[in-house]
Amino acid sequence: MGKRIIKTIKIDANKCNGCRACEVICAAFHATPKYSSVNPARSRIQMMRDPMRDIYVPVYAGELAKAECMGRNVYIMDGREYDECGFCRQPCPSRDLFKEPDSKLPLKCDMCEDDPPQKEPLCVQWCLADALIYEEREVEEDDTVPSNDMEMSIKALVDTYGLDNVVATMARMSEKG
Amino acid sequence: MRYAETGYNLEIDLTRGNIEKVETDPRDTELYLGGLGTNAKIIWDRVPPETDAFAPENVLIFSAGLLCGTPATSANRTIVTSISPQTKLFQYSMMGGFWAPELKLAGYDKVIMRGKAPNLVYIWINNDKVEIRDASHLQGKGAVETQELIKKELNEPKAQVSAIGLAGENRVFFASIEQARSSCSRGGLGAVMGSKNVKAIAVRGTKDLYLAKPVELMGLMNEVLEYTKWRNDNPIPNYMPILAGLGSPQEMKHDDEKWHTESFSWGNSRARRRGFWTKEIAEDWKETMATMQNRTISCFNCPNNCGATLTPPGKPTYMMKCFTKLTYTMAAYSDLAFGLSIAQMATEYGIDGYSGPQVMAFALELLEAGILTQADFPGMPEDNDGKFYWLLDKIVRREGIGDILADGTYWAAERIGKGADAFAHNNIRKHEQLPLKLGTMDPIYYLLYCCNEKATVTQIEGNFPQAPFATQEEKDAFVSDWFQCPSGRIKEVVQKWSFKGEFAGPYYPTPEMCSEIVDWQERMHYVDDCVGMCAGMSSFPLKPPYHLFNYPKIISAASGIEMDTDDLVKTTTRVRNLVRANNIIRGLRRVDEAPPEDHWNKRFPELEKELLDTYYKYKGWNNDGVPTKEFLHELGLDYVAEEFEKRGIYSETPSYELAAQKEKEV
Repeated sequence: MGKRIIKTIKIDANKCNGCRACEVICAAFHATPKYSSVNPARSRIQMMRDPMRDIYVPVYAGELAKAECMGRNVYIMDGREYDECGFCRQPCPSRDLFKEPDSKLPLKCDMCEDDPPQKEPLCVQWCLADALIYEEREVEEDDTVPSNDMEMSIKALVDTYGLDNVVATMARMSEKG
Repeated sequence: MRYAETGYNLEIDLTRGNIEKVETDPRDTELYLGGLGTNAKIIWDRVPPETDAFAPENVLIFSAGLLCGTPATSANRTIVTSISPQTKLFQYSMMGGFWAPELKLAGYDKVIMRGKAPNLVYIWINNDKVEIRDASHLQGKGAVETQELIKKELNEPKAQVSAIGLAGENRVFFASIEQARSSCSRGGLGAVMGSKNVKAIAVRGTKDLYLAKPVELMGLMNEVLEYTKWRNDNPIPNYMPILAGLGSPQEMKHDDEKWHTESFSWGNSRARRRGFWTKEIAEDWKETMATMQNRTISCFNCPNNCGATLTPPGKPTYMMKCFTKLTYTMAAYSDLAFGLSIAQMATEYGIDGYSGPQVMAFALELLEAGILTQADFPGMPEDNDGKFYWLLDKIVRREGIGDILADGTYWAAERIGKGADAFAHNNIRKHEQLPLKLGTMDPIYYLLYCCNEKATVTQIEGNFPQAPFATQEEKDAFVSDWFQCPSGRIKEVVQKWSFKGEFAGPYYPTPEMCSEIVDWQERMHYVDDCVGMCAGMSSFPLKPPYHLFNYPKIISAASGIEMDTDDLVKTTTRVRNLVRANNIIRGLRRVDEAPPEDHWNKRFPELEKELLDTYYKYKGWNNDGVPTKEFLHELGLDYVAEEFEKRGIYSETPSYELAAQKEKEV
């Protein structure tokens, strides 16, 4: 049995005042050298902000989606209609969000990995409105037994290509790293 | 490599439609910092004093402050500078919001506009791409509405837009420029923008802004944030709650309005209503605010939530902060529901929330006094609230009597005649003031009112308490952790200053002490106005996070300009005198430096003379308020002294002697 830390930022959208300090500090922290420049367009947290409709949603950059979704979602809550894909954290071909403004490379929140480690991600530290709350929790993971899903997938490969081929391929892949 | 600033201005000739990106001289930043400082230099260099506010030759500058867009918490102000149509003097009006940081990120420190567009336009700045676009479809649209329409048509929800409403288009002398929850309201710069046919400036920036000593800056900012948190949890004890915290006065959060409604004047700044604040009214107003308010909100990179989005019943949402909450209510002798509702329209029309309501109350006083007649108000409703809506509409459209009122109380009184000037009683330099009428002259406030280039006391007061503390324990406690205070003498004043006895006003603090206190309070504003810091985190509240001792380090870490406290004092003194010089060549002299005549009931002419004499000397000005040649030389402003000499300003008869002669003749 192994242990894993799950890092969570709880977003209390009702407390957000829309100031974008989170974007400023995120962009500065991830600049090279560290803190040497500010550009909120490079921030891995983006404010979906529309004061006239009382919409304040901080969204964190997630994993790159290589293709657009087949469908789109528009949420309506408490009578407020949120923008299409308003809650989505994936950089994707449908929009410029969560991409470096010059290179268009995708961005992803890394919880401010740092050496020595930050006590909390910087956006949380800079949110004096307490709209962003950091939590860590430890989960136990059963890492000894391969999952049934994996076994089934490998078996399907063995059925198709034969065990020798699969083993040779796996060996070649692991040599390459 | 430029740090904190971009090193480029956008120069726009509206007449010819020419746009240029011009590199600026880094030496100017060292001398004048940025924001107000460098704006004052540009106005000095380019706008001769004979230029009318609405002439195409007048220049209108939208500037970011030096620290805007850096991680410096609450540095978000746009400093708009030009000549005021109302005061005919140098005017700088500032707004928070999100516009200035966005401009920096687009790659510019300032937008400098000259000339006049042939038809209504708006300017679209998208990084390196800058366009002058037709705005004929936006003519007559509200200032808030325009911001939304432009973002939509550009398909840029993240663009920041500064816009004028109908009042600016029609050159109302107290027209504002609106952006997000903030506005440049004072001095009618919205009218100057309208006179240039510019409806709005939209900006979107996705470039990098560089910092000189980033790790140092982060350390300093963490200290500012820690102190801000502490200060928010520890309001100043024994002080009026509305002024005990940080930020601009927290009018959107505080429901208790006893202090404002009973200490400030109602109507055309006329009557105080003691005993007004009853339990029923307190409950009713609290309910009104709770019903209309959606959320308290902040400007760019600021934790203070001083503003709010409000939705009056049946009306669109708008944003508000500070004392505009009450100015319409009190001018009309009405209730909060009326005040918040008419403010929605007034914000869309784009007028100053101080001057506007007072002008309307002034008109109704003239009607009551028989100076104006019913014939001047055709179709005006009978009910009080209705009268204000009617007047607002006439003023922003410049229709009928509204055309006269749109010039503000001073110029309106001049045009109306028949003794109307007695009703324009609450002005400094032709500019409407907060509705305050008080008892005994306060020597510190006397100087703050007189010698303030902006003629707006909230933009110059701040770090020193407004009134003495009651007990010795309270006084000692206050000074015990007052590290922002630059002088032991000022601390001593607080420890002695009392409501009664030897150390009470108006003779205490002494003129010398008052000079030092006023100079410090004012200096803090000049630093803020150069770096684009919100006064609410620095010059306005007591014991703020930014002060004369951490500011030099912060400016230095962000911009790379080496400086200590003495250097910062010298630089801001230079800026302060350059701003004054812009007014001196426009004719400002000692006789213009007076509070509204009826501001205090009990006056002390001899002491007041001594106060001004002492303060002028302290400031390095001659007895007519003109910076001396020697002092200007010390500040490296010889070019100002030369201009003064060329114009004969040093050799002219002092204004107070001319005034005395005139009085004798009468």
